[in-house]
Amino acid sequence: MMTLLLGLLALSGLCALLALLLEAANTVFADYGPCQVSINEGAKEFTVKGGGRLLSTLMDHGLFIPSACGGRGSCGLCKVKVLEGAGPILPTETPYMSEEELRNGIRLSCQVRIRRNIRIEIPEAFFLIKEYRTQVISLKPLTPFIKEVHLKLLEPSEIVFKPGQFIQFQVPEYPGSSEPVYRAYSIASPARLKTEIKLVITRVERGIATTYVHNFLKEGDEVLINGPYGDFYLRHSDRYMIMIGTGSGLAPLMSILYQMADEHIDRPCTLYFGVKSRKDLFYQDEIQELLQKLPRLRYVPVLSDPLPEDHWDGETGYVTDAVARDVTDGSQMEAYLCGNPLMINAAVKLLTAKGVTEDRIFFDKFG
Amino acid sequence: MESSLSAPIIFFASIFTNNILLANFLGMCSFLAISRELPSAVGLGLAVTFVMTCTTALNYLVYHYLLVPFHLVHFRFIAFIIVIAAFVQLVEMVIDRYSPRLYVVLGVFLPLITVNCAILGVCLFMVIRKYNFVQSVAYGFGGGLGWMLAIAALAGIREKLKKAPIPKALEGPGISLIVAGLMALSFMAFSGMIQMG
Repeated sequence: MMTLLLGLLALSGLCALLALLLEAANTVFADYGPCQVSINEGAKEFTVKGGGRLLSTLMDHGLFIPSACGGRGSCGLCKVKVLEGAGPILPTETPYMSEEELRNGIRLSCQVRIRRNIRIEIPEAFFLIKEYRTQVISLKPLTPFIKEVHLKLLEPSEIVFKPGQFIQFQVPEYPGSSEPVYRAYSIASPARLKTEIKLVITRVERGIATTYVHNFLKEGDEVLINGPYGDFYLRHSDRYMIMIGTGSGLAPLMSILYQMADEHIDRPCTLYFGVKSRKDLFYQDEIQELLQKLPRLRYVPVLSDPLPEDHWDGETGYVTDAVARDVTDGSQMEAYLCGNPLMINAAVKLLTAKGVTEDRIFFDKFG
Repeated sequence: MESSLSAPIIFFASIFTNNILLANFLGMCSFLAISRELPSAVGLGLAVTFVMTCTTALNYLVYHYLLVPFHLVHFRFIAFIIVIAAFVQLVEMVIDRYSPRLYVVLGVFLPLITVNCAILGVCLFMVIRKYNFVQSVAYGFGGGLGWMLAIAALAGIREKLKKAPIPKALEGPGISLIVAGLMALSFMAFSGMIQMG
């Protein structure tokens, strides 16, 4: 027993000594001094302490770059053009880059560290992205696994977004996460409601954000969000629209449908909503209301695994099976897809085979 | 009883006659993974040499002035690995600061020096063979240089092999393993020269 205690003590002492040594080394080697960040040829400039990641540095200065994974280098969304000062491209970035992007100096801002003065270019639209302080008005279970989070904007009090876009939701430190993390969720509410937004969040087993939302978040809590982001929104044309959503992928499609109802965009459209069984269908009353307002809207719920008590006589199988049965010639169609990557990949393959050109297929893939 | 070999002999032997990689087959994973190009192989070799020399010296002190007096020698594996891990972090910081390009090339293999068994092997052999401090440092430094020599030689050969007509089935890791085996065989020829224990 004495030997064990002595051993633990000696090893702890050794660890402490080495940790001190490393901390001292870190202050010497990781000190890159002040570095200047110049954005869009001097449109915005600031000086930061070198060593930090570009994405978090930009966020600290009120510039929000889309990042669905919260800076872990796994979504490939936070691309910015670096003109000077980023150093060599990292192996963690190359899988997300096309040859053209590599040639043009596009980098993943979450992987680039600021070690010297850096010059970057970002789209002007990113300057409009803001951080919002919000309050939870209600938390409504939509299905056994999906919750609707209704947020009221406190500061700034209004948000302008294109229906179909997403925001980033900050999960603060809580027993499931030792640091704040960000997750992307599509806005499910109409764009006309500028002072509040609704998000649809599915419970994911051991998910940091979804565990927080489903187990810890309460009505009245304050939450930080930033946005809006994304290029998934309604394109104006007269083409027949196919909308395919699975699970919480219905959220941005609902927002687009509200926009069509509000702006009287009377286009022929079929909404396919794929879930497992009847209990997973949600927003059914809202969809019925939209069907009244949009005479040329058709709604096709598709159950992949209906239960006996569902007494289901509608479409069954994968949602893409129902689309395959309906669509014969897609050459004059436009498609809006949102859901899991498997569904999106299958739907893109199916729709292109049916004649829908790739430039008319828009999707928001859950990463 | 201490080893009777002098430090220069140990230094020479650990490079050539008892090369840690080609005689003891320790540190094989990074040897095969980072030997595609000579500059990165030499870079990793230098990093391993630095870590091996420093950790041998430090682990000698930890062993003889901490573990032995307190009868804790059975903790030597944990203690040695802690020291190695700390030093690898230090090397990572230095390379990240002064050679970002090498840092990128080495990628995941830089932190993996921590689990490079050649380094732990040298520290454990130093104890088994009862080297004194100078002998240990000579062994660590020589062991590192020997490892660097082996990986640099393999990288040189692999660079030449890029233009060689290799049968398709043997391309990549296949031919690299054959080359490594032939290198080990040729180094075996030195093995009788010095008996290290």
